Amino acid sequence: MTAPATGDAPLLEARELARHYVVSRGFMKPKGTVRALDGVSFAVRAGETLAVVGESGCGKSTLARQVTMIERPTSGALRLGGVDVATGDAATLKRMRPLVQMVFQNPYASLNPRKKVGTLLEEPLAINLDLDRAARRERADAMMAKVGLRPEHYHRYPHMFSGGQRQRIAVARALMLNPRLVVADEPVSALDVSIQAQVLNLLMDLQQETGIAYLFISHNLQVVRHIADAVLVMYLGRTVEAGPKQVIFTRPAHPYTRALLASTPVLDPRRRRERIVLQGELPSPLNPPSGCAFHMRCPYAIERCRTEVPLLEPLGGAMVACHRAAELNA
Amino acid sequence: MLAFVLRRIVQSAAVMAVVALIAFALFNFTGDPVASMVGPEATLEERARLRTELGLDRPFWIQFGHFVGNAAQGEFGRSLRQGRKVSALLKERLPATLELSLVAAMLALVVGIPLGVYTALRRNTWLSQLLLAGSLIGVSLPTFLIGILLILVFAVILGWLPSFGRGDTVALGWWTTGLLTASGLKALILPAITLSLFQMTLIMRLVRAEMLEVLRTDYIKFARARGLSDRTIHFGHALKNTLVPVITITGLQLGAIIAFAIITETVFQWPGMGLLFIQAVNFADIPVMAAYLCFIALVFVTLNLIVDLLYYAVDPRLRIERAAAH
Amino acid sequence: MPLLDIEGLTVEFGTEAAPFVAVDRVDLGIEAGEIVGVVGESGSGKSVTALALMGLIDFPGRVTARRMAFAGRDLLQLSERERRALVGKDIAMIFQDPLASLNPCFTVAFQLMETLRVHGNERERGSSKLRRARALELLQQVEIPDAGARLNAYPHQLSGGMAQRVMIAMAIACNPKLLIADEPSTALDVTVQAQILALLTNLQKDRGMALLLITHDLAVVAETAQRVVVMYAGQQVETGPVPGLFEAPRHPYTQALLAALPEHNLERARLTAIAGMVPGQHNRPSGCLLSPRCAYATPRCRAEQPMLEGDAARRVRCFFPLDASGHPTRGWRPDSVPALG
Repeated sequence: MTAPATGDAPLLEARELARHYVVSRGFMKPKGTVRALDGVSFAVRAGETLAVVGESGCGKSTLARQVTMIERPTSGALRLGGVDVATGDAATLKRMRPLVQMVFQNPYASLNPRKKVGTLLEEPLAINLDLDRAARRERADAMMAKVGLRPEHYHRYPHMFSGGQRQRIAVARALMLNPRLVVADEPVSALDVSIQAQVLNLLMDLQQETGIAYLFISHNLQVVRHIADAVLVMYLGRTVEAGPKQVIFTRPAHPYTRALLASTPVLDPRRRRERIVLQGELPSPLNPPSGCAFHMRCPYAIERCRTEVPLLEPLGGAMVACHRAAELNA
Repeated sequence: MLAFVLRRIVQSAAVMAVVALIAFALFNFTGDPVASMVGPEATLEERARLRTELGLDRPFWIQFGHFVGNAAQGEFGRSLRQGRKVSALLKERLPATLELSLVAAMLALVVGIPLGVYTALRRNTWLSQLLLAGSLIGVSLPTFLIGILLILVFAVILGWLPSFGRGDTVALGWWTTGLLTASGLKALILPAITLSLFQMTLIMRLVRAEMLEVLRTDYIKFARARGLSDRTIHFGHALKNTLVPVITITGLQLGAIIAFAIITETVFQWPGMGLLFIQAVNFADIPVMAAYLCFIALVFVTLNLIVDLLYYAVDPRLRIERAAAH
Repeated sequence: MPLLDIEGLTVEFGTEAAPFVAVDRVDLGIEAGEIVGVVGESGSGKSVTALALMGLIDFPGRVTARRMAFAGRDLLQLSERERRALVGKDIAMIFQDPLASLNPCFTVAFQLMETLRVHGNERERGSSKLRRARALELLQQVEIPDAGARLNAYPHQLSGGMAQRVMIAMAIACNPKLLIADEPSTALDVTVQAQILALLTNLQKDRGMALLLITHDLAVVAETAQRVVVMYAGQQVETGPVPGLFEAPRHPYTQALLAALPEHNLERARLTAIAGMVPGQHNRPSGCLLSPRCAYATPRCRAEQPMLEGDAARRVRCFFPLDASGHPTRGWRPDSVPALG
């Protein structure tokens, strides 16, 4: 079917991926363009987790829609297992879509309340594969065991489960077609701390077992620090910093990454960073600031930041888009 | 705002065009109008001449264009039964139907909203339970049965109110009103109640459901945490938020009231357009039927438009342009 | 005498015959000007506790307490009118979802001025001009940029952070002695969260008001509060000072909760999860409520309910409280632990 991602070839590769939306701004006014995703590049290898970090409006949900092939990017390249899915024809997309599955934030809303767990799990099989009923049941049972659901749960409805168990069902459903990549959009942020740990453990166990890759979208840096191999920090549709987890968390170079880390509450007083409370809120993607999108909130902004968009450049083992990064991290 | 209104007007015009096509089709495909206009002894030449005079020999789309042009001016030709102009007939009957419908709609609102609020706030009183049970009957009993029951009780047994007709009317220009005479008002009571009962119970149940929904929202919880009085919370904060769906339903139901006045008018022999329509159906009086069809469609389309505009006034979230300006 | 003094607060829902105990004999004292954090997972009863003390528990909920006093006044004896005069004025509360907590049909100015009309001083109640000026001043105090323009905005025109600031402005309008903040930053973006928490602590310091911070986020409490109450399934399981309680938790639940945080698992591949779930209405254990999930549970834990014990500074609801090294003390024997199922 598809070329296996052999050796070092990444499973998923995005190059200058962009997605723009045209929006109406009212009668007789020119149409506006929202650059929800504006030239983002990254790669995810099999068995790896790439965390996408950012706040509202940063483009992480738009990114998820491109990767899951729900939408077609406006420009840029997106290759999955070596196959071009940005410009691929309908048949290619149909063939590739089962390889990428999604787990959503809210397990109360993402499972159809009128369908039994068994039906929910077998649905993707019935749609995409030609299996008889017994074979489907067999796979559903196996998957339920894998994610820690009991066999008797097969006949129950989602409302009979707690949030954590529902998220297990959602994970199980995503894995039914043996995808190569799972896009997890804030999969634990609606869950309690003790349950969050259970679900994160499950995700990591499944990765070890099956070599699946995760695109893990989250605003919770503590969770990201635990589960990710690499981190992509986004602000208003662009990458501000990207690199291996260790580098991002120990030597954050971009002022925004630093502010995010400093804004995250930390339990242990010894590991608390100096508080940087950013001024202002996220700018509107409809009306982005000139130059560096972050300059209005950045404590280090200079004149150049107001006019010139910084490019993503290597610095200390990561990629950073900041005019003053070298100077600030000297 | 302007763009929104224009868009809605274009949509409305499209709906009207479709209705006009259906009405026109009534003319063309339900028998030959010439045959019903001339006697059976008319010669073929006479028929052909009449056909040319009426323009019936021209292509379908030209004829349709004429029909639409005339309809836009309120002209639908002559009634086959009475020989009078349809527009004059409608004009004569319009006040009776509109007065009945508007009074019924007001009644439904004035009684329905307070009852809805009451049953939502005092959920567990016996009166609420009674009203809810009663409203089920209101929704499920057919209109004509309620009308006949009311006639039986108040006209036949008690003899308090007239059982049919509109009473005395006063002419205000071309408009005749029964609202200014005692007999006219008395005659209005039973038909108005009959016509409003269904909408009343509907509005009551809707307001109740919406109110219960709104009372569970966070902003009501926060209003209570601010120490506001129950009255301020219920009538200041909650009621306004229940009004959007109530406006929709009431507005659309007003159209339904006018359209379904047919039954009430028949039961009470109310000299309105509904009665006119029923008589037209009996005589296959196609111009009248077509005109009525177009009129009802116009009522629905107009009401829809007004409802949309009212939304805009009640719910600030829909005022998109102002939001963008901030 | 503490500003807020609650003893044995119990909130029950459901029928008398089969009640569901949402809050179970909670004791809570807050001194004037103190920041107390209440942490717990969903179903722990932390929000219900706050609603009960605001008098916002509706039928069929039942609130009982041995004592519930605020600034020397008995909250249990208040008439509805007296309660409304107190709530929103001396005790104010803000909620988790700021956009949903503002009425979408009214402007910011209207909602702020409404609070002032009800609770303001005599001059403010009499003059709408004065109320408007105060409303503007309040928006400036919560650091809303371009406050004058925001006055006439409707809630949907505000971002989440702005809406939370507006809600805070409404809450502090009448200089409350106690502000209850129920998950004030949970629904917001990370950088905005930090702003809101900084604003709350600054206001608390400037005005000397007490702050009751309810959250599921242990780190938020660790950074903000002076004292913390840990709740589980409607009960207080541990109370103590910050950071002492986080450095050496004495209740197994607090310990397990801390251990489940990614922050405490930096070098480990797997998180130390707590097995099982919070008990619901129908599966409440007869003994200690944590016993089915507790790593140290003994037969006694499964049979008997422990009481909240200790001095005012540090109280624990456990038969075998943990010592400084994190192990159970006082006669706990490892051999009494059956294999976990």
